[in-house]
Amino acid sequence: MQRSNTYIVIFSLILTIVLGGLLSLASVGLRPAQKRAEELATKRQILSAVMEVDPNANILPIFDKRIKTIVVDIKGNIIESDEMGNPIDASDVDIERQFKLKPEERMYPVFMFHDENDPDDIKAYIFAFYGNGLWDNIWGYVALETDMNTITGVVFDHAAETPGLGARITEKQVEERYDGKKIFNEEGVLVSVDMLKGENNPPAALNEHKVNGMSGATITGKGVNRMLKNYFEFYLPYIERLKGKDQKVARLLSN
Amino acid sequence: MAETLEKEIVKKPSEPLLSKRRKKFVTDPLNEDNPITIQVLGICSALAVTTQLKPTMVMALSVTFVMIFSSLFTSLLRNLIPIRVRIIVQLAIIASLVSLVNEVLHAYAFDVYKQLSVFVGLIITNCIVMGRLEAFAMGNKPYDSVLDAFGSAMGYSWIIIAVAFFRELLGSGKLFGFAIFENIGWSSFPTNGLMVSPVGAFIILGLIIWVQRAKTGYVEQH
Repeated sequence: MQRSNTYIVIFSLILTIVLGGLLSLASVGLRPAQKRAEELATKRQILSAVMEVDPNANILPIFDKRIKTIVVDIKGNIIESDEMGNPIDASDVDIERQFKLKPEERMYPVFMFHDENDPDDIKAYIFAFYGNGLWDNIWGYVALETDMNTITGVVFDHAAETPGLGARITEKQVEERYDGKKIFNEEGVLVSVDMLKGENNPPAALNEHKVNGMSGATITGKGVNRMLKNYFEFYLPYIERLKGKDQKVARLLSN
Repeated sequence: MAETLEKEIVKKPSEPLLSKRRKKFVTDPLNEDNPITIQVLGICSALAVTTQLKPTMVMALSVTFVMIFSSLFTSLLRNLIPIRVRIIVQLAIIASLVSLVNEVLHAYAFDVYKQLSVFVGLIITNCIVMGRLEAFAMGNKPYDSVLDAFGSAMGYSWIIIAVAFFRELLGSGKLFGFAIFENIGWSSFPTNGLMVSPVGAFIILGLIIWVQRAKTGYVEQH
């Protein structure tokens, strides 16, 4: 049956309003549960940069027991409260929102992985990274040993990289390539770690600062490189400060 | 007057809920008219999501949910939907349901949500869903349409679950993430890397189609 144009327009309007309304209801109603799921996934990621995490384990108690957090600014100073004077918790820092600010204005969370019983016995420092991939944002967590140079582990994640190509940055096998790499060269200058183009680079091409790339995902790899380089630089003042502290302790011990 | 009315009602006995005709809606797509192996629709997701059983099950459930409810709503509205914009209306219904599924997965099955990533969204373009709406739900009553959608969804589901079963078993030696071979003491089981890649899905799908056609004697018309 042929309907009039008015009928079609009104029908489409009603359909749009009804469906749109339902979807917004669902979106608003499910938002808290989604937030909780995301928080859990983030904490799982942070932990998996430094330890094996059992997929069925209850993450929150482990996280609270093993991780303490601080927030630093670009000069390496610890920030304890925001402009309004409210205390800041690193777990609440929305790295995506921070990424949209200028680097000088951002807050940089640091997660300290410590001994189960002694919170002062820190095993590794985990830093949060954020950057641009090929299609959308990518982010990750990199754990440094207490020498503030050797990478203990990394985890990457992405919003919309190509499945099977750029999305492989989330695979363990790719992330493990970073283990044991160094971010400073012998002169003590920050060089970060670069992912090369292509998968099977000759061993001679790889060194302490270079890892194998992913074939078909060169641009995602470049995004990862840029992200690492940028954020290591943003964290550098804080890293230097920790390094200095470490050397002081070493000097005291040797005297 | 009252007598004639009664007679008319007696004349038209209502069809049993699962009459022979209706049973065919459900059973046909399982085998003889399977959406994947015979109509060769929905191949994209059949290749992409079937490396492991768990996400495959979630995908199958999602598709079933979307198919049943989109068929139901389309069929209920079939006399109201203006014929000139019917495709857009069908698409709007499907897309809304898919978004709903996506939001629910995001909230309650975050790891699967991330694993399936774009493929949940791509249910919208799964030809099986729209094919059934256009071919069946637009012209049939709600109950029949739901049965038809359920049949097609099951036809899709059993194939992808079968593919995922073999891919996870042979590709990673696991089922639902549980290391089968290690636990029966065969820890040196050689896993097949081909099965983890989409090519493995093609091979298994091909084998299923071969067995099926050998049994049903189905031949493509040229």
